[in-house]
Amino acid sequence: MDTNSYLDMELLRFSTAGSVDDGKSTLIGRLLYDSKSIFQDQYEAIEESSKRKGDETVNLALLTDGLRAEREQGITIDVAYRYFATPKRKFIIADTPGHIQYTRNMVTGSSTSNLSIILVDARHGVVEQTCRHTFISSLLGIPHVVFCVNKMDLVDYSEEKFEKIKADLEAFSSKLDVQDIHFVPMSALNGDNVVNKSDNMDWYQGSTLMYLLENIHIGSDYNHIDCRFPIQYVVRPKSEKYPDYRGYAGRIAGGVFKPGDEVAVLPSGFTSKIKTIDVMGGSLEEAFAPMSVTMTLEDDIDVSRGDMIVRENNQPNVQQDIDIMICWLNDKKMVSRGKYAIKHTSNDVRCIVKEVKYKININNLHRIEDDKEVTMNDIARISIRTTKPLLYDKYTRNRGTGSLILIDESTNETVGAGMII
Amino acid sequence: MQSYSLTHLQELESEAIYVLREVASQFENPALLFSGGKDSIIVAHMARKAFWPGKIPFPLVHVDTGHNFPETIEFRDNYIKEIGANLIVGSVQQSIDEGKVVEEKGFNASRNALQTVTLLDTIEGHKFDCAMGGARRDEEKARAKERFFSHRDDFGQWDPKNQRPELWNIFNGQKNIGEHFRVFPISNWTEMDVWQYILHEKINIPSIYLAHERDVFVRDSVIMSTTSFIEQRDTEPTIRKKVRFRTIGDATCTGAVESDADSIEKIIEEVAAARTTERGTRSDDKRSEAAMEDRKKAGYF
Ligand SMILES: Nc1nc2c(ncn2[C@@H]2O[C@H](COP(=O)(O)OP(=O)(O)OP(=O)(O)O)[C@@H](O)[C@H]2O)c(=O)[nH]1
Ligand SMILES: [Mg+2]
Repeated sequence: MDTNSYLDMELLRFSTAGSVDDGKSTLIGRLLYDSKSIFQDQYEAIEESSKRKGDETVNLALLTDGLRAEREQGITIDVAYRYFATPKRKFIIADTPGHIQYTRNMVTGSSTSNLSIILVDARHGVVEQTCRHTFISSLLGIPHVVFCVNKMDLVDYSEEKFEKIKADLEAFSSKLDVQDIHFVPMSALNGDNVVNKSDNMDWYQGSTLMYLLENIHIGSDYNHIDCRFPIQYVVRPKSEKYPDYRGYAGRIAGGVFKPGDEVAVLPSGFTSKIKTIDVMGGSLEEAFAPMSVTMTLEDDIDVSRGDMIVRENNQPNVQQDIDIMICWLNDKKMVSRGKYAIKHTSNDVRCIVKEVKYKININNLHRIEDDKEVTMNDIARISIRTTKPLLYDKYTRNRGTGSLILIDESTNETVGAGMII
Repeated sequence: MQSYSLTHLQELESEAIYVLREVASQFENPALLFSGGKDSIIVAHMARKAFWPGKIPFPLVHVDTGHNFPETIEFRDNYIKEIGANLIVGSVQQSIDEGKVVEEKGFNASRNALQTVTLLDTIEGHKFDCAMGGARRDEEKARAKERFFSHRDDFGQWDPKNQRPELWNIFNGQKNIGEHFRVFPISNWTEMDVWQYILHEKINIPSIYLAHERDVFVRDSVIMSTTSFIEQRDTEPTIRKKVRFRTIGDATCTGAVESDADSIEKIIEEVAAARTTERGTRSDDKRSEAAMEDRKKAGYF
């Protein structure tokens, strides 16, 4: 591969989802194997362990199920990340677990992806975990979903079965906010419609999974309209060469910034102009999300971590009373009126849970208003009040400034994933 | 509207710099583990970028097995001088002398496993609350499971079955006294990405990554450098070959590959055509199927 084409490649992050044993890890193994992205020593290692276990064929799921406990139990426990590239794109895969007990790891793997592959076992059709994962994917704002109806080899490659499951999935996802949906019938085990077109399903005229992964238009997943620069770190060298340098370092969460832009620094509201946008060894004419840069301002104002530089005429919400959709990720249930620590952009605040408005019934997406106990894997709409105002946008407008996590202050564990409404 | 997009390498760099800045902000006393290998070199390079024109606001820590390729140490010392960083060396030899660990004996003796004790001692001795490293998820199947911010209990252990959720790019570095974090800024990089970045940024690396003539011998079909640290069997004669190293670890367990690649461009061609992983030459991973997971649970990098 020549250097330049490699440097120009687009990056697609995708994750797998679906119920336990639907074939997610096998599919990733198959995808890597058929696209010749597996190294010889890796293949020999899984060949060897498959043989030792008495499997007849090489178990491709072992490529991602890397923990001892996973191999022993034949299930995925935590996300495995895998990487491969074709001449068209570079891919980061998160293979996530299907078991309900490990939903938090599924959320972890999906939270950074732009495409979700949701598997369904052709024999069982749509089950609760299919609904849960589809709903979580839509909640996380993943713009593309590919439903793979897997194990077609076990239902005689029946078009009827496929069409029935497809209709069920269409009905379910019509209630959700997913922009782009595709359906592929496949056998991950045998490789039908993964990288190579299946000879067993002439009735299917659509694309293989690989074709979709390489060609789906991913455009830009970032908001380039609303300028948001959360300050992560203040650079003050106090060196001989830079005695008075004061730069604000961070990763742009939205918009495009240029030197000379009139900006406001929140929460103080002081205004100034961008003097320079610096990176090591030079300055930039413009910078946009998700670049990591250091900005200097024309005026000497007090700016620190947690503050945000924005355009004067396009400011985020500044509020203490906030409604969020929350995915609860801890075995300890959410305490009503409980206090939690929050991390939001580069800000640390605390909050109190004021009210649980409703929980969501995963199977039909109805609101549950009579049971307000939020336990592990529940998804609920809650109202919180924070100790100081958050500078935020709606999650659907900006994944960076619209997301937050809740932390249990006694254990320090991350207990909730919140999306601001 | 104009389209604004980054190449995947720019996106990976931005992610790594973001992680480095989070560490500097969230921890009181972080350190960057620096082995002189290509991965730790690019992390150090991005640390310079992250805090420029300031200096890197944390020390670099080398866990020295004493069994180094001389080229690596020479490189390390020059590099530290050039960037004006603060270097702390944790010595395995000292752990041995103090009786904290016992040296392995025999033909396959390696100090690789002993490193863990020295590493944990160094972390404790300097009260580091976060140790960053250049480990990548694509290196090994247990590493493929690691978070960016990886929590360690007060024994330095990793609990892979019960990792904290890690949502979006919001990193939770909160911990109790005595616990610490391991952080991996280049989690999402592949070997190819690292080489492309080295080429693109014109980063200096130790000479042994490039093909050179060397005295070697072959053990279990791995090409090993002759060194005073390894006892060769009678059946393992010294031969001269043109080789290079794909990873640089302890000299007793890092194998070389035959190669003519004497420039970064040629290495990239070689990596693109490679049929084995870079750790395929590491005998420390071959000790058992879960060798890496076990070492990581105990506190290895
Ligand atoms: N017949 C057939 N079996 C399959 C197919 N895909 C996967 N399997 C089998 O289904 C079982 C489960 O596969 P996995 O890939 O481990 O399933 P998973 O979805 O990753 O499971 P979790 O990660 O634990 O949720 C294994 O025995 C696979 O061999 C397929 O297309 N056809
Ligand atoms: Mg799996």
